[in-house]
Amino acid sequence: MNKSFKFAYNAAIVVAAAAAAMGIGAIVLAAVGANIGKAYLVILTEPLKDMIGITEIVVRAIPLSLIALGIAIAFRSGILNIGAEGQMMMGILASSATAIALPDLPRPLLVPLAILAGAAGGALWGGIAGVLKARLGVNEILSTVMLNYIAAQFYTFLLRGPMMDPEELVMGSGTPQTVRIPRGAWLDRILPGTRLHTGAFIALGLALVVFFLLWRTSAGFRMRAAGAEAKAARYAGVSVERYLIIAMLLSGALAGIAGSVEILGVHRRAIEGVTGGYGFTGIVVALFGGLHPAGIIPASLFFGLLLLGADMTQRLADVPANMVLVLQGAIILAIVSARQFMNNPYAQDKAARLLSRLFGKPEPPAPPGSIEACPDPSDSVDPCLAGEPQEATR
Amino acid sequence: MNGGSFVLNILILGVPFSVALLLAGLGETINQRAGVFNLGCEGIMAMGAFVAFLPPYFLAGTSLAGSANLIGLALAMVVGTVLGLLFALVVVTFRAPQGIAGIGLQMLGWGIAGTLFRHYVGGVTGVPGIAPMPIPVLSKIPVLGQVLFNHNPLVYIAFLLVPVFWYILFKTPWGLKVRAVGTYPRAADSLGIRVARVRYQALALGGAMAGLAGAYLSLAQAKMFADDLVAGRGFIAVALVYFGRWHPVGVMLGALLFSLAQALQLSIQVAGIDFPYEFAVMLPYVLVIVVLALVRKARMVGPTELGKPFDREQRV
Repeated sequence: MNKSFKFAYNAAIVVAAAAAAMGIGAIVLAAVGANIGKAYLVILTEPLKDMIGITEIVVRAIPLSLIALGIAIAFRSGILNIGAEGQMMMGILASSATAIALPDLPRPLLVPLAILAGAAGGALWGGIAGVLKARLGVNEILSTVMLNYIAAQFYTFLLRGPMMDPEELVMGSGTPQTVRIPRGAWLDRILPGTRLHTGAFIALGLALVVFFLLWRTSAGFRMRAAGAEAKAARYAGVSVERYLIIAMLLSGALAGIAGSVEILGVHRRAIEGVTGGYGFTGIVVALFGGLHPAGIIPASLFFGLLLLGADMTQRLADVPANMVLVLQGAIILAIVSARQFMNNPYAQDKAARLLSRLFGKPEPPAPPGSIEACPDPSDSVDPCLAGEPQEATR
Repeated sequence: MNGGSFVLNILILGVPFSVALLLAGLGETINQRAGVFNLGCEGIMAMGAFVAFLPPYFLAGTSLAGSANLIGLALAMVVGTVLGLLFALVVVTFRAPQGIAGIGLQMLGWGIAGTLFRHYVGGVTGVPGIAPMPIPVLSKIPVLGQVLFNHNPLVYIAFLLVPVFWYILFKTPWGLKVRAVGTYPRAADSLGIRVARVRYQALALGGAMAGLAGAYLSLAQAKMFADDLVAGRGFIAVALVYFGRWHPVGVMLGALLFSLAQALQLSIQVAGIDFPYEFAVMLPYVLVIVVLALVRKARMVGPTELGKPFDREQRV
């Protein structure tokens, strides 16, 4: 099988997966009576039409990329962290509490301290799931989902109770929110008139850190080994349990930083609905970005675009913004399905046979001894032993 | 309110609360016994709750209004089956990793239900729902009658399904096949059992049950639909299957435990006991984690191939 066929095959899989995801979306769009083409056009192009739109995409991409980096660490280490939503909330609480408690600290101290507090909050919440998994064998998907619900209640409790802005109680409308975070803890806005803030640099910097951690340090190698094949890693002396916990701590810390950066850069106080599903979209971003920082950054921008575009469809195409959840779900299903076919010589061989049967053009026989010539040595006719190339068509 | 009636109240509330968890949990038991971990249960429940809500909402006042609930239940089961089969396509045929595919299905179900709900219904609207049907003589028994025999028909059906599912799983040839493909698919395959087909069937049944569970939430429990109606019950149902050691009776006990916790939480609020509302709501979720941490030693009774895709043509 030649290289160009391989490339065409992989490209066809990607196109098919994208078509399947968009097809599911199209069915739902048709069900709400929307113009499918127009709705997709609005989602994919409308946010790009002005400067505000473009900066807002980046504003959404910042927490998304941070969360996705954390999820990538966890996934690579063999633990499915679905709890970024809750970890982000804990990060927000820890970060805003720190900033509010220490308003007089000088700026160069307060900003890092607030972000570190956010990281600690997220790490704590992620670490719980990590310890439960490593020590007690608790399924991490279930525990992180439950921790999401618990964090959401805790978040509401603090915002309505102990951390609530006292002024809201006295004269305000009783909105559950904290007081404004002291100016010394704010992340600067990069472009005046937009919400684009310096958190973007933090996200880019941490992407580099995550890359070096996972691919250039022995700790990262051990984490990836534990995720790729726990048994083999254990035989090689890797303490799989310890690296599971470390991975969840780091994963939670990144989600916590996402929350912290979102508060210090965008909202400047803890309010309800800050996380708004970022934790779940982050999973899609991580998968879409191939669980690699170099893929996650562009993927986070793409999903920032989707989130913003979906908000706009409400007004411009009469499609509820929940549509973005449909697309995210469909994209996940498409990606995990497509991964089974990508670079799979066996499926590729099947596709080649099917094509040649359909169009009557025989594939050139694979050279003897190559992997294509003997997909399975247990086959009754063994081309490698017989020393003659196998016929691609029968 | 004295102590006796406080406890009685919890029991009366708790039994119907358990039904959604029980129905979904029974379906998930079959899925996991067949070796498939279906986290999409949550999304299927959301879809089931939504489509079941539609007939009573749109048929109100027409000649079909009387059978609207039945149509809704049937619709929810059909949609659940379809989503179960979609999940089977992804995890059985395409052999995708099940955990993450389940999260995809969950988002898809939430998304579709939410999108269609916003478009066709808009705000939270109530439906008459399924009326209680006290069982003639039995409901007159003091205490017991109120707790067990004074509910809507789905409650009785759900509890009757427990022995039915036990029978299916442990006494029928199909149940044996389900357990075989979840425990040792390669051996099952060599005996001529179509592993993929049995898993498809199990997921279709599990999907129908999750759809029904969702329908119960919107038609019988809440009598309305809202975006967050399911609120993690699908995930709790999955956790219950671990807790119940993959046995219908265990799942039933687990469902009762959780619904009683929920009823306790509501009763605490109603009784005006000073306890932060948010912490009361947390209770069932905390309970899930605690329970999961405690049941880890039960691993051996579970399907050993749970969560692993089966590839007929893979070398051993």
